[in-house]
Amino acid sequence: MESSIEPSVLAANRETSWSLAVAFAVMIAALAIGPFEVYPVFLMKALCFSLFACAFNLLIGYVGLISFGHALFFGWASYLTAYAAKVGSLSFPFWFGKVTWLVLSLPPQSPEVSILIGTLVAAILGYGTGVIAIRRQGIYFAMITLALSQMMYFFALQAKFTGGEDGIQGVPRGRLFGIFDLSDEKTMYVFVLVVFLAGFLLIYRIINSPFGEVLKAIRENEQRTISLGYRTERYKLLAFVLSATLAGLAGSLNSLVFQLASLTDVHWTMSGDVVLMTLLGGLGTVFGPVVGAFVVIAMQNYLAPFGQWVLVIQGAIFVVCVLAFRRGIVGELAQLLRVGL
Amino acid sequence: MFEILGVPSQALFGQLLLGLINGSFYALLSLGLAVIFGMLNIINFTHGAQYMMGAFAAYLLLQHLGIGYWEALVIAPIVVGATGVVIERLFLQHLRKLDPLYGLLLTFGLGLVIEGLFRNYYGSSGLPYQVPDLLRGGRNLGFMFLPNYRAWVIVLSLAVCLATWFAVERTRLGSYLRAATENPVLVRAFGINVPRMVTLTYGFGVGLAALAGVMAAPIYNVSPQMGSDLIIVVFAVVVIGGMGSIMGAILTGFALGLVEGLTKVFYPEASNTVIFVIMAIVLLIRPSGLFGRSA
Repeated sequence: MESSIEPSVLAANRETSWSLAVAFAVMIAALAIGPFEVYPVFLMKALCFSLFACAFNLLIGYVGLISFGHALFFGWASYLTAYAAKVGSLSFPFWFGKVTWLVLSLPPQSPEVSILIGTLVAAILGYGTGVIAIRRQGIYFAMITLALSQMMYFFALQAKFTGGEDGIQGVPRGRLFGIFDLSDEKTMYVFVLVVFLAGFLLIYRIINSPFGEVLKAIRENEQRTISLGYRTERYKLLAFVLSATLAGLAGSLNSLVFQLASLTDVHWTMSGDVVLMTLLGGLGTVFGPVVGAFVVIAMQNYLAPFGQWVLVIQGAIFVVCVLAFRRGIVGELAQLLRVGL
Repeated sequence: MFEILGVPSQALFGQLLLGLINGSFYALLSLGLAVIFGMLNIINFTHGAQYMMGAFAAYLLLQHLGIGYWEALVIAPIVVGATGVVIERLFLQHLRKLDPLYGLLLTFGLGLVIEGLFRNYYGSSGLPYQVPDLLRGGRNLGFMFLPNYRAWVIVLSLAVCLATWFAVERTRLGSYLRAATENPVLVRAFGINVPRMVTLTYGFGVGLAALAGVMAAPIYNVSPQMGSDLIIVVFAVVVIGGMGSIMGAILTGFALGLVEGLTKVFYPEASNTVIFVIMAIVLLIRPSGLFGRSA
């Protein structure tokens, strides 16, 4: 079926690269001034979710696959990073008639290793989920990813190492490469910013590579792409794994920022949040997910005293976006200025 | 009392009964989803919230108007179904020409709005709803104790499912419906008001969800989030069954409820996840689902 998600990013022409460069400069400037004006933890949270939304956008915006289970990667990476940074020991289940645990007692890991572990686990989970989910398209894909992430939510609820309802609390941020003390808010902010920018640029690189062009071709017309000789299954699987990995990176980072990994991170509401951020910012735009993430996080922050109204407002934004505002904030802006953003 | 595979019969049949009860709800909800999907090509993410609205309708009718269970069984589905008709007219009909993903996003948002509103006014704790007098108590079948209300839920749900199957597959109206699913333009040319049929179909699917909600109210407590977790399991059921056939949706619903009940007996840790695991296996072996048409 032909997709009607509007490709706001057209072929990279000169005008587009100009507008992208300007927008990128504005974003860097805002993020550099940010910590002097706004509470740094808020900014770090928004950056983690921006990366999460960009990773999600890689799938929905450029391959046309809507995953309702991205909390799975975000949350599990966050658990693994928190566990590695706080406890460190590895246990493997072995089957000798009954399950026994082989425990390798390791010291708590440094932040870079912890993040690597979390991200790697997200990649592996992404592969497992992707193999199952890409067998169906469209709405089935959404239902399957949602169901699989709910399954992993129950695993997280029952597994011992996740701490159940309590989560993993008091995760030490540690020293990055043994040099930079991340318990300092400014240092942590710079670290989060660097990781975010690396992830952001990587995604930009992916969508403008030959690989990315094939992904867009699959979004526009999968049958035709197959007839041109591409094994679309493989491309979709790789895109899914990349998206899951980057979502995991965002989750790992988030658990170090808040020094906490909890069930909230793996719950389906988290998957809903990232869909909302991307939709509100603009599906298939480069900067949309970042703008959407900042708006949604700010909203959750400032509307928190109003309790359940946050849920109502978020739902209403979904409805308004779908009915009247399908390009999202950045998509509408790009349309207005007639440039690619 | 006797034992089967080391499990006392009371426990085994008790869990199987619970499984059948859950299966009744899976069947009713996945049936509604399948009917709506057939006509509108939309997966109704609001379904869980509408199931919850059905339970709340029963609760509110009793609290404020003194209307009991039996009347609620009829009134609640009609009222909630009417809200479904409004939703279709206001929102969904504008999405017909768009990618089905937008319908999914919109109904997901609507679900959030409804759940948020109910949480605002009624909190997140469960509200009790009494079993109607006529169905209090139960009977001893020798090998197990059967509460009357639970037997009623299974019988009613089976009856409603089969009636729906009959209406869709064996009546004149049903044949219009199936024809309109295949080719709406041609059916319109025969002078049948297809848009109205689509609207009413959505209302009917929503009504089924609300009926399940009323039936669930005396078993589980009435609470705003009662639908959201259930609906994810129902999605897995729908994926396993495939949405091609009405009978498939009914059978898969009941069968998976039973499987879940059995898991509770033999390996309780996995009872929350067994349906999802089955879904993954089915997708690997038969991607279009057990009863689905291969896409």
